[in-house]
Amino acid sequence: MSQNIDDPKSDILSKSNGNISVAVNNDGKVQNGQVNLKKVLLSGNEAIARGCYEHGVKVASAYPGTPSSEIIKNIATYDEIYAEWATNEKVAMEVAIGGSIGGARSITSMKSAGANVACDPLVAFSYTGVNAGMVIAMCGDPGMASSSTEQDDRYFTKLAHCPMIAPSDSQEAKDFVGIAFDISETYDIPVILQSTTALSHSKTEVVLSERKEVPDKGFERNIPKYALLPAFTIGLRKWSIEREKRLAEYAEVSSLNRIEQGSREVGIIASGMAYQAAKEVMPDASFLKLGIVSPLPMYKIKKFAESVKVLFVVEELDPFFEEQILAAGIKVEGKVLFALEGELTPEKVARGFIKAGFDLPRWNHMPMIKPPKSVRRMPVQCAGCPHRGVSMALKKLNFNVIGDIGCYDLITLPPVEHMHTVLEMGCSIGAAVGIVRAGKQKHPTIAVIGDSTFLHSGMTGLLNATYNKTPMNLLILNNDITAMTGGQFNPNTNYTIKSVETESISIPDICKALGVKHFQEVDPYDYEACLEVLKQAANTEETSVIMTNRPCALYPKKIKADTLYNIDSKECIACGKCLKLVSCPALYKTNELTAKGKQKSGINAADCTGCSVCAQICPTKAIKEEISSCK
Amino acid sequence: MQVTNILIVGTGGQGVILASDILTDVMSKTDHIEVKKTETHGMSQRGGSVHAQIRYGQKVASPYISPGEADVILAFEEAEGLRYSHYLTDTGGMILNNMQIIPPLVNTGLAEYPVQAINELKKNHQIKSINALKIASEIGNEKVVSVVLLGALASMLEFEDEIWINIIKNKVPPKALEANLKAYTEGKNAL
Repeated sequence: MSQNIDDPKSDILSKSNGNISVAVNNDGKVQNGQVNLKKVLLSGNEAIARGCYEHGVKVASAYPGTPSSEIIKNIATYDEIYAEWATNEKVAMEVAIGGSIGGARSITSMKSAGANVACDPLVAFSYTGVNAGMVIAMCGDPGMASSSTEQDDRYFTKLAHCPMIAPSDSQEAKDFVGIAFDISETYDIPVILQSTTALSHSKTEVVLSERKEVPDKGFERNIPKYALLPAFTIGLRKWSIEREKRLAEYAEVSSLNRIEQGSREVGIIASGMAYQAAKEVMPDASFLKLGIVSPLPMYKIKKFAESVKVLFVVEELDPFFEEQILAAGIKVEGKVLFALEGELTPEKVARGFIKAGFDLPRWNHMPMIKPPKSVRRMPVQCAGCPHRGVSMALKKLNFNVIGDIGCYDLITLPPVEHMHTVLEMGCSIGAAVGIVRAGKQKHPTIAVIGDSTFLHSGMTGLLNATYNKTPMNLLILNNDITAMTGGQFNPNTNYTIKSVETESISIPDICKALGVKHFQEVDPYDYEACLEVLKQAANTEETSVIMTNRPCALYPKKIKADTLYNIDSKECIACGKCLKLVSCPALYKTNELTAKGKQKSGINAADCTGCSVCAQICPTKAIKEEISSCK
Repeated sequence: MQVTNILIVGTGGQGVILASDILTDVMSKTDHIEVKKTETHGMSQRGGSVHAQIRYGQKVASPYISPGEADVILAFEEAEGLRYSHYLTDTGGMILNNMQIIPPLVNTGLAEYPVQAINELKKNHQIKSINALKIASEIGNEKVVSVVLLGALASMLEFEDEIWINIIKNKVPPKALEANLKAYTEGKNAL
């Protein structure tokens, strides 16, 4: 079975009606004479990476962001593909654009928030079109498992006038990569491959194929195509409108948009993981599965609507399909029944259909099931986290803390609860300038940002602050890694994504170059030093930077200290200060009681990293050093 | 129902994801079944609750298990077992490891560990308690807790011992093999 297509109109799915089931026996050998094909369990992200390998991708660039990070991490395991961690998503998009113009199939991946950052080059490149194919893997996070916001990424297709295709399992994720490149090259346009957390992080079976090399096209010199000056863009705009019409025609005939004939009583239009949820709840209904989510095949939708008694659209987040279908004069029900927010799990889809009056024996009991109350397990700073001591100092001095995106967001949660804004990558510095300029504040203001976020989009904010002579403080929590998303390397580390040694940049030098005259380093494990440095900084008259200098406790290697601490129970008065202020996972309440019956504190030696922050704040000095046995 | 649903729950760092990987490896050695698995990522490493959902059968659509539809729940931790207990079918069973991991918030008095609700839960005949840490200590290697629990899980599923043992052999360092195989057997016999 050929997995390569010359014309997307005759794409692979048309031959198998979407059911890509190469006959494979149990040990992964294909029965129909082909060899070397293996059936393996892959996550959606691993499958997208595999798809890039199989379909001849040569250039891949991305910035980490859950749920997208594993795509590039897995691509980096293939020697045939150049892969890099970019400094941010905009740069990553531009590298992929360059890869395409340079003649090689290229990909970038990102989470929704990253897509916002990369929107400018996306819109521009859609105007010019591609040389070799280019695909953007965009991973949404409905339900916000690891995101600040949930947004419907399908709107990018309207904004940038480029198509989006949406796989529903890992096999499709891998195959759709190939189809996306074919569409990209046939229609001269970048193509968005949509994923969501449930697809990116679920594992389903995939049949592997070999890599098929795509010949290099070489750099394309074509000024009217690639130079977006008004003289050229007026023509390009007209061309892009025509192109969109041709894409809509393709959507009508492509079997990525397939009808699964079931009962004519109910018709359901769905895509991505919402399709799987709807299939789980209404297995007997007729389905129009939209593999191409934009542009919509409106003629096909109309025909499908006419073939069924009632029509529903089951889609995650906004009524993107619903509004277009209604605008075309087709009667359909959607968001009246199905939630606007969060993931559409089978349970939620079932609730919608029950609301619509369906009798669903498998699901009718579900509204009666009440989740039991268990203890909340909010994420906490790790034992030995270098952000702990300094965040306690920020609270003690009662700063207005203008935060950013990273592990330090946990400062917003109990027990510290002392970071007052967290919006998006790099926002801390610009916002702090505005807060300072808004007038005299009751408390001193400080921007707080991590090293990776600073390099992502904090540097321009800092330059803006120094250029405009802003009297403010910036605290850079430098832990030498991109920690929140799982410990990826960045320019502040000594390695690239391929573990090739590189020279780490110097944040102090960058700050100096950006015009910072007052720069200090502080040991974040030294609570008193943090207090002292921050106290002095409170009344700064220029743009000042304080930088912490301890590595992440988890990445690249879990830290183990020479010195451990334990609590002398004779001296512990059970005041609970260590538990409340430090809130370290290594600290716990023992069963040993004071005369008044209060539980004394203890330290779990297996978790303690010897950071000593708890020892520094113990009023009776009951927390003491001991020599570690694992030295 | 043709699809079997298995839910593995616990907290970050307990080995929930690894256990679910071993289970799906075992399944992939079995003929004619479709397997789908989904798991938590992200902030779970910072002390959060972690789960892996595994569904297998002739045809599986969504990777998500719905409340009231888990045939087996393997809970590495008691409060997590409680959290997901409403996912159990009327005929299903939960293996509940006698381990309590107290979140720091409880120490600060901002939350309460649900001791009473867990005691109530244990009275349900569908809940089978196991002290995996004690079994692992008796074997002489506390690190084999998750394999003890997988052994207990194996006793509730239909996959052959030979497949489980082969997969475990592939996953653990040779030095720890004997302890792990013992952990599997002891876990299997513990319920």
